[in-house]
Amino acid sequence: MAELKFIEGYPEYMYELIKVVEQTRAKRKDYTPKAMTMEEREDVLKVHPDYAEGGKRAINIGVNKGDIAPNEVADLLEAYPLIEEGEIDLRKPDYTTDILIIGGGLAGTTAAIWANDQGVPKENILLVNKLRHGDANSIMAQGGTQAADRENDSPVIHFIDALGGGHFTNKPDVLQTLVEDAPLIIDWLIDLGAMFDREENGDFVEIWGGGTCRKRMHACRDYTGLEELRVIRDEFKSREIPSLEYEPVIELLTDSDRVTGALLWNFETGEYKIVEATATIIATGGFGRLHIRGFPTTNHYGATCDGVVIAYRAGARLRDTDTVQYHPTGAAYPQQIIGLLLTEKLRSMGAQPVNKDGEAFVFPLEPRDVEASAFIRECYVRDKGVVTPTGMRGVWLDTPLIDIKNGKGTVDKAFPGMKRMFARFGIDMAKYPVLVFPTLHYQNGGVETDPWGKTNLEGLWVAGEVSGGVHGKNRLMGNSTLDCIVFGRKAGISTAEYVKSGKKRGKLTLEHMKKYVKLLKEAGIPKERKAPILLPDYRGKRVLARMIDVF
Amino acid sequence: MKKQKSIMEIIAEANKAVTTGIDEKDIEYWVMIYIMGRAYKVPAGLTIMQAMEYAGYRFIRSAGCRAGFCGACATVFRKIGDYKLQTAMACQTKVEDGMYLVQIPFTPAEKAAYNIGKEPYDVSVLFKYYPELARCLSCNTCTKACPQDLEVMDYVQAAIKGDFTAVAEGSFECIQCGLCAIRCPAEIVQYNMAQLARRMFGRYGSKRPESLSKRVKEVKEGKYEKDFRKLLSATMEEFKKLYADREREKD
Repeated sequence: MAELKFIEGYPEYMYELIKVVEQTRAKRKDYTPKAMTMEEREDVLKVHPDYAEGGKRAINIGVNKGDIAPNEVADLLEAYPLIEEGEIDLRKPDYTTDILIIGGGLAGTTAAIWANDQGVPKENILLVNKLRHGDANSIMAQGGTQAADRENDSPVIHFIDALGGGHFTNKPDVLQTLVEDAPLIIDWLIDLGAMFDREENGDFVEIWGGGTCRKRMHACRDYTGLEELRVIRDEFKSREIPSLEYEPVIELLTDSDRVTGALLWNFETGEYKIVEATATIIATGGFGRLHIRGFPTTNHYGATCDGVVIAYRAGARLRDTDTVQYHPTGAAYPQQIIGLLLTEKLRSMGAQPVNKDGEAFVFPLEPRDVEASAFIRECYVRDKGVVTPTGMRGVWLDTPLIDIKNGKGTVDKAFPGMKRMFARFGIDMAKYPVLVFPTLHYQNGGVETDPWGKTNLEGLWVAGEVSGGVHGKNRLMGNSTLDCIVFGRKAGISTAEYVKSGKKRGKLTLEHMKKYVKLLKEAGIPKERKAPILLPDYRGKRVLARMIDVF
Repeated sequence: MKKQKSIMEIIAEANKAVTTGIDEKDIEYWVMIYIMGRAYKVPAGLTIMQAMEYAGYRFIRSAGCRAGFCGACATVFRKIGDYKLQTAMACQTKVEDGMYLVQIPFTPAEKAAYNIGKEPYDVSVLFKYYPELARCLSCNTCTKACPQDLEVMDYVQAAIKGDFTAVAEGSFECIQCGLCAIRCPAEIVQYNMAQLARRMFGRYGSKRPESLSKRVKEVKEGKYEKDFRKLLSATMEEFKKLYADREREKD
């Protein structure tokens, strides 16, 4: 069989279909489909992976017994620890620290800096990373950070937007902190030297995000997370705060209802280490690499739900575990980048979702779950999607409209990262539309906190995606980087105060684990199911079938 | 409801190759690559990273975001019959027949410690922390090594001249993979130097928007406390009404 013939990076048949999109472009340029009513939203949400049957079940063990979670998450919550009791000698801690921070994305790194600012000496802080410092979902955030800092905007309006986007399920006091602190965070980032997109007079270029009624997105081209993380990490490193890499936490240590430290595992030598800590902050991010319902993901390699798993075992309470965020615009073609994020900012700047017949079929900036559902409906209910050579379906995102609406060269300037990604595979997204389909993006729920990031367990804070409540059951664009930095800061300040209040360190035990294992045995959970899984496994099936363990 | 379930199954089936690993029987086209010298037949059309996984490697290092943002998967390769060493990000580069490749798990490069709040916004700060900058030979090796196709040498030259805008703009899309520094015959750490320059530019290069400073002040003074107190005691119906009544700012 001959290889497929490609034109402009697309197989010939897809290239032909692009012509249909081009034919209707002039007509669509000044037309935007109406936003859906609440009733229409409810109707389309029926095809959302969260609502379609068979994806979820009740959690059978632990604090949230009876709550609903995706099967993949419930399985990990009901899994045996990686270690057995008696295997670990807890008598001699390898590290003794005031504040242990688990996870070096935006939230964890920010927490370290703010704890240090509150007077906790750098040598009394320890940041541990599963991968490299900064290999995190944070660094991949593209679109921007919301902050109500313009004259016609206010934190109150930001609050209402986020609350409606979250289907009114957000925890209000935590959400208040998010929106009220937002301008402070942007101000802090400028202090650190972050390069936000600016007008010539120094004002921010602020744009739309899905589900907002004001333009309040602060972007750094389409590398917002990269830029924010780079400056925060650089500040962290300049302060020479201790950190470890490739040493994931595999279990917390407890003294009855208090978290007193953690058990680290050296990924390369297999050695374990004991950390004794007065306060612990979990900032481990989300769970995209669990591929909930078989969806591809925008998430980084280490997004495997570890933080939720270890916190839950120690007795932390979770919330909103029943919803998952699918980003409407994951790449559906080419194969090499399936599932990777195409920022919502593309739609903020005028790119339009279009079906195979060249029709604009949905308001481009609905909240993410609504927009994603509309794409799924278009592909699988109305059969108006484009089928790729690997059998995926997708709808077009008409990216050439961006230059048409904003002037030639806008794509180059505002989306260098996206443009580069497609160019690597032969596609010029300024000239041709790209194919998109929803992709697993964000863990809406997580460990419940108060506005300072405190959990129900003494000595344990969480910040960022691992937490639950602030976004309710659906997060808006630009509120995740914000969440990380706002609550990283809060957790840093709060833990510093806790430490400075003269709190003594607790005992180091694995009693919580013992109790949990007992529950697992009683529930008859299969022994081979273990967690945290630390990393996904993508090795080829042929190799796995022939692998033997001899060394 | 049955129909919806099958939609989910169809979607999961179509994505299997990227979510659970590749099954040989689904593959039509193959290429031969050499991972650290050893030959492997792998499906054509995969990225270097996916191909290594197909071959049986499970990454600990050299895999991070898998989307071209984090710089963890810096890779050096050579094609059979070619003398040239090339560089790439393994997650963003298609495998090609005859690639000899290895990944760089770590870059032992110098990163200076400083407090940008206490440094002068002029060229002296760059030379103070990265004096080797002056050794640039203008050989352009850094530029050739950059997997982001940045004009690295140009921004190094701009740094020597103290042109912060040019360094900041020219290096903005840097993912700090370290390949430039590893290839540089003058031992310059381009990407860390540029990080310092960008932070100086971000902090001092443009005026802080007045509306931001004003809003920060308002928040600190508790201007919104009253509104929020009222909001936090609102009923669900009131929330819903507030949301439905929002007026969207004009485009």
